[in-house]
Amino acid sequence: MSTAFEHPTYNYKVVRQFAIMTVVWGIVGMTLGVIIAAQLVWPELNMGLPWTSFGRLRPLHTNAVIFAFGGSALFATSYYVVQRTCQVRLFADKLAAFTFWGWQAVILAAVVSLPLGYTSTKEYAELEWPIDILIALVWISYAIVFLMTIKQRRTSHIYVANWFFAAFILTVAVLHIVNSAAIPVSAMYSVSLYSGAIDAMTQWWYGHNAVGFLLTAGFLGMMYYFVPKQAERPVYSYRLSIVHFWALIMVYMWAGPHHLHYTALPNWTQSLGMVLSIILLAPSWGGMINGMMTLSGAWHKLRTDPTLRFLVVALSFYGMSTFEGPMMAVKTVNALSHYTDWTIGHVHAGALGWVAMITIGSMYHLIPRLFGRTEMYSVNLIAVHFWLATIGTVLYIASMWVNGILQGLMWRAVNPDGTLMYTFIEAVEASGPGYIVRLIGGLCWVTGMLVMAFNVFMTVRRGEGARQPLPQTA
Amino acid sequence: MDNGTVNGIIIILLIIAFTGITLWAYSRRRKRDFDEAANLPFADEDEQPNRDTSASREAESRDDKGERNT
Repeated sequence: MSTAFEHPTYNYKVVRQFAIMTVVWGIVGMTLGVIIAAQLVWPELNMGLPWTSFGRLRPLHTNAVIFAFGGSALFATSYYVVQRTCQVRLFADKLAAFTFWGWQAVILAAVVSLPLGYTSTKEYAELEWPIDILIALVWISYAIVFLMTIKQRRTSHIYVANWFFAAFILTVAVLHIVNSAAIPVSAMYSVSLYSGAIDAMTQWWYGHNAVGFLLTAGFLGMMYYFVPKQAERPVYSYRLSIVHFWALIMVYMWAGPHHLHYTALPNWTQSLGMVLSIILLAPSWGGMINGMMTLSGAWHKLRTDPTLRFLVVALSFYGMSTFEGPMMAVKTVNALSHYTDWTIGHVHAGALGWVAMITIGSMYHLIPRLFGRTEMYSVNLIAVHFWLATIGTVLYIASMWVNGILQGLMWRAVNPDGTLMYTFIEAVEASGPGYIVRLIGGLCWVTGMLVMAFNVFMTVRRGEGARQPLPQTA
Repeated sequence: MDNGTVNGIIIILLIIAFTGITLWAYSRRRKRDFDEAANLPFADEDEQPNRDTSASREAESRDDKGERNT
C-alpha cells in the first residue's frame, strides 16, 4: 500500500491492514461455513480425508469467523475510533504493527494446526498451548497500545465507545489466560489445569463471555461510533450508554452456566446462570434502544444509505437475539432447545445478523476514509450486499428454528411404555431440508462478501488513482 | 459462610452499585459533560484526513452537519 495515504497525525496504516484482512478473513471463514453446511447435506463431501472432516473444519470455521474476521474488525475499528475520539496518534507504532503481524500469525497457525487435528477440545479455545501463548502476547500488546492511547488523549472525556473497547480488551485477556491455563505434555499437546465440572464451568465462563465481551461489548463499541457518525447525529442518550455499559459488564460475567443446564454442574449454579441470563435482557436492550433511537428524526436516511441500513438491521438482529438468548437460558425452554440446531440458529442470528452486519456497515464507512475517498466505489453494490446478507440471515435462522424444534420434539417423544418414539437417525433425516435452506443462506452470505471484496478493491484502486494528480502545493 | 449468604451479599452490593451509577449518570450536574462527550465523534472534523492536508482543508468543510439533536 502506498505511503500517499499517510495521515499527518494518526496511524492509519495498521487500521488499513486490519480492515483489508477483515474482508479477506470474512470470505475465508464464511466459505468454510458453507463447506461444512454442505457436508451436513452431503456427508461424502468430507472426501474421506481426516483433514477435511467436519470435526476438524468446524473449529476452523468458528475460529476464522470469530477471531480472524471479528478480531480483525475489532482491531481495525478500535484503533481508528480511539485515535479519532482521543485526537491523538496511536501509542507505539511498532507495538501496533506487532499486534497486526502477531494476530495474522495466530490465524495462520490455526489454519494449519486445526485441520491437522491439534486441539485442546475446548470450544472456541481449541488452539494448542504454543499458539495460546502467542495470543496472550498479542493481546497484552493490544491492551497496552489501546490503553496508552487513551492515557495520552487530548480530549477531556473518554468517549463511550472506548469504554466498551477497553472492557472487551481487558476481559478477553483475563478469559483467555485463565481458561487456557494448561500443563504442556508435548510440543502440541497439553492437559487443562482444571478437571470435571470445574473444567466445564471454566470453559463456559470463558465461552459465554467470549460472546459477551468479544462479540457484544467490542461490537457495541463499534456501534457507538459508527451509528452516530453515519447518521450524523450524536447518540440518543449518553446517560443510558453509561448505565447499560456498567449493567452489561456486571451481569454478563454470571451467565455462563446456562450452557451447562441439566449437567453435573451444581443445580444452584445452573439456576443462578438462568436468572442472570434473563436479567441480561435489560442492559442488552438498553444498547439496542440507544442505537435505534439515535436515528430518530433521521429515518429517511435509510432509504438512500445502505451503509446505515446495515448498521440499523444489525441492531434489530441484536435486539432479537438478545431476547432469544435469555428465553433459551430458561431451563424448561433449554430442555427442548439444547443440543439442537436451534442453538446454531441463535448463534448465527447474533453472528451474522449482529456481528457481521455491524462490522460490514462500519467497514463501508471506514474503508473509503482510510483510502482518501468520501464514499465507496459503488453505493449500489452496498445495497446488493445488504439484501444478500439480510436474506441469507433470515434463511439461515428460520431453517435452524424449524430444525431445532423438530429435533427437540422428536428426541423427547416417548411411547406409552416409556421407550423412545424415534431413533436418532430419524431426527437427522428429518433435518435434511433445513440443512439445504441453511446452505442457500450461507451461499447468499459468501456471495455478498465477494461483492464487498470487489467494491473494496475498486475503492482502494480508485483512491490510489485519485491521489496521483493532486498538486503538491505544500 | 455458605453459598447462599455470599450470593446475597454480592447481589446487595451489585444493587447498590447499579443504583449509584444510575443516580450519578442521570444527575443534572453531569448533563453538560455528557453532551460534550456525546459529540466527540464529531469533534474531529477532518473527514478526509489521509489526503494531503493542503488539499483537504479547502475541499472539505463539514460545517453543514444537518440537525443534530443536541
